[in-house]
Amino acid sequence: MIVAERKPFDEIAAATSGFRKVLVAACGTCVAVCLTGGEKEAGILAAQLDMAATLGDREQVFSVGCVERQCDREFLEELGPQIAEADAVISMACGAGIQFLAEAYPDTPVLSGVNTTFIGVNEDVGVWTERCRSCRDCVLSITGGVCPIALCPKGMLNGPCGGADQGKCETDRERDCAWSVIYRRLENTGRLANLEEVIEARDHRDLLPGRQVHPAYQRRYSAHE
Amino acid sequence: MGEKYEPKILALICTYCTYTAADMAGSMRLQYPPNVRVIKLLCTGKVDVIYLLEAFKAGADVVMVSGCEIGDCHFLEGNLRAKERVAHAKTLLDDLGLGGDRLEMFHIGASDAPKWAEAVKLMTRRAHELGPNPLGRKKPRAAQTNIEELRA
Repeated sequence: MIVAERKPFDEIAAATSGFRKVLVAACGTCVAVCLTGGEKEAGILAAQLDMAATLGDREQVFSVGCVERQCDREFLEELGPQIAEADAVISMACGAGIQFLAEAYPDTPVLSGVNTTFIGVNEDVGVWTERCRSCRDCVLSITGGVCPIALCPKGMLNGPCGGADQGKCETDRERDCAWSVIYRRLENTGRLANLEEVIEARDHRDLLPGRQVHPAYQRRYSAHE
Repeated sequence: MGEKYEPKILALICTYCTYTAADMAGSMRLQYPPNVRVIKLLCTGKVDVIYLLEAFKAGADVVMVSGCEIGDCHFLEGNLRAKERVAHAKTLLDDLGLGGDRLEMFHIGASDAPKWAEAVKLMTRRAHELGPNPLGRKKPRAAQTNIEELRA
């Protein structure tokens, strides 16, 4: 899932200072799971902003709205009546959701309430760690299900650098060397021969804004076809 | 203006320990300031950050949360959850300019009535030091956040 962290309060408060009626729009999927931008967190932010406005003698009103996902048009439609009442919207969704919300309601200023951090996993209660950089060229079949691009600070593709020591990374003694983990995983599953495969350097020239169409939706049919 | 400031203290307390201690304080006829308003909870693990913020929005001068002693929670770790949430809420109050000192967590065992009386005295003193919650003295707002819907 996509993980995000809330922006510093002062930054959000400064961004909203010029607007009288502000809607805090939560997203009920990824950012709700990572306890950053769900309905509850939006309520907390709205309460904080409301109190700060009162303390600062600013006439501002904050309300809360929540949709299941801000990265789907169907769900965004539900926010229409609330956005029509608002002078600005703070979106608590990931960067994708914020942009889609801004696109769906182009006449209303949309502000971001979170910093999107990474694609990760829920490693423990309240702990999320990065696992994927969405590089579009997955090598996980070769590397035993451990991503050297996301987990190695240097993104080494063919074995460890010279800085690994006792299975730990030179950038942080607490961090496992990704390539040590890869070696152990391949050893456990009897696939050490994978290490002989040379992974070529990523060709970054195709890293244009992504677009993907499912094969079953390649052709669009009209109603009378 | 010019009225004598009598702080309003909201106490969110756990039925198993602190509430029993508060009850015993009454039986023991211990004296403590009458400024405290108690809300009894089944466990301080029920305390959510939004409750604490809403209490200040509603004009509470200080808020105290009091659960069982560490390791004695009837639900094992509810008081530890509350401790973390109170610490987090203090940073949120600092951020918005009200000050985290207006909020405090206590751990008071069921038999510790004097500790409850001391905690209320401490928070009353602090409320006098900090002065009234400025939010409680502002005019009522035209509209509020629709947090009631969130709770439903």
